[in-house]
Amino acid sequence: MTDLFDFESSQQNDKVRKVYSVTEINNEIKIILEDSYGCIWLSGEVSGLKQYSSGHMYFTLKDENSQISAVMFSTYNQKLKFSLKDGMQVLVYGKITAYVNRGTYQIQVYHAEETGKGTLQEAFENLKNRLFKEGLFDVAFKKEIPYIVNKIGVVTSKDGAALHDILSVLNRRFSNVEVLIYPVRVQGEQAKFEISNAIKYLNENHKDLDVLLVGRGGGSLEDLWAFNEEIVARAIFASEIPVISCVGHEVDYTIADFVADLRAPTPSVAAEIVAKNRADIEEKLSLIKKQLVSNIKDSISFCEEKLKNFKNCRALSKPYEIYEEKIQYIDELREKLISRIKNNFSEKQKNFQLNIQKLDLLSPLKILNRGYSVCFKDGQVIKKVRQVCKNDIVDIKLSDGILKTKVENVEVL
Amino acid sequence: MKKNTFEMSLKRLEVIVDEMENSQLDIDKAMKLFEEGISLVNQCSQKLDETKKKIEILVEKNGKFEKEKFTQKEGTDEEK
Repeated sequence: MTDLFDFESSQQNDKVRKVYSVTEINNEIKIILEDSYGCIWLSGEVSGLKQYSSGHMYFTLKDENSQISAVMFSTYNQKLKFSLKDGMQVLVYGKITAYVNRGTYQIQVYHAEETGKGTLQEAFENLKNRLFKEGLFDVAFKKEIPYIVNKIGVVTSKDGAALHDILSVLNRRFSNVEVLIYPVRVQGEQAKFEISNAIKYLNENHKDLDVLLVGRGGGSLEDLWAFNEEIVARAIFASEIPVISCVGHEVDYTIADFVADLRAPTPSVAAEIVAKNRADIEEKLSLIKKQLVSNIKDSISFCEEKLKNFKNCRALSKPYEIYEEKIQYIDELREKLISRIKNNFSEKQKNFQLNIQKLDLLSPLKILNRGYSVCFKDGQVIKKVRQVCKNDIVDIKLSDGILKTKVENVEVL
Repeated sequence: MKKNTFEMSLKRLEVIVDEMENSQLDIDKAMKLFEEGISLVNQCSQKLDETKKKIEILVEKNGKFEKEKFTQKEGTDEEK
């Protein structure tokens, strides 16, 4: 209220109106600043560090709520026993100065000491440990990136290098893939909400996506910070669609990288992973096709060879040879057969003659010739004396006739 | 053809090629394997050709997202 009051009174009275030029006011501020503070010790976190070819270092010192520009000329930074890095918590000694040309103020650093990890770094480590313990990084939860990726969801800035790189790779690969971009801010306060909402939205409304690429191009730790936020980590973890994280610099890991199903070091690599698989498979398929064709050709020519051998074999090419052989064999058999039969026959004949001789020898007529005789009674041969009684008529057959006799007496011996 | 069956088809194809290469098959079996193999190759190729290249961006209109064709700008801007 006082300021406004002063303003009103100075309007009315030209004598009180003091007009500064920009240079004047900046010069005055410079004097006030430099006189009131002189050299001070200041503690903060290094961020946005740049070293120009002149060797001078420019960076920002910050804490949770505020930041101040800092410069460390090469004369001083050459004496540093460690290299300054983004995210490093430092204690510096220097002079507050104003840079009149631009109306900015800064601290000119003469000396710096490392006091520990920066708060962002600490927050990163804390969250990382907490989510790790909770199991969000467990391999067991990692979803496999589909073998064939047809539809890719991309969550990144519409105008960023990441999208450009992804699309360039896909273009170069001539990949027949569908890309659906969900544009989000990838830095600033809203980034974490937009990124996590995008992941949720795509999961709810575009379940047909095969994979999500979530990331951005490189930047300082602060620039990448959204990807270190818990809400983003949880959205990635909850995603049903497999997530490939691809955040900026190759070396820096973000929390998103740990939670994602796969981490690609850069957006280009993420696109390569997605496209390469496809290309590999296409290559593999054409190779398999070639193999199949050459294999079946081999099989067929193997069969042809076999068939040719069959055709050339004597049985088919000169069948009469077999016939000739057989004729000869049959002749041979016939000869054998005839000679066998002949042999058989002459043997039988010999036996027959022998038997006739034997029969002849045994003939009863022959025995009668030698003086033996046979007695008959009523036509029956008498073998025992009991067969006849006294006065019986007995015929005695000799070799040349028959004696009719009457029995005088029967004596048993 | 689902994603899993695609992978299974590829594995089956490898088996078929191996079998045709390593053993002296009779021609009927070889022809059957060849037939199966070629049909699997065709199915897989078909799956790969299923999608045509398409790049779309979601644009919010009256609180709803709509797909629009995305045309790439020349060069890249800084991250925003």
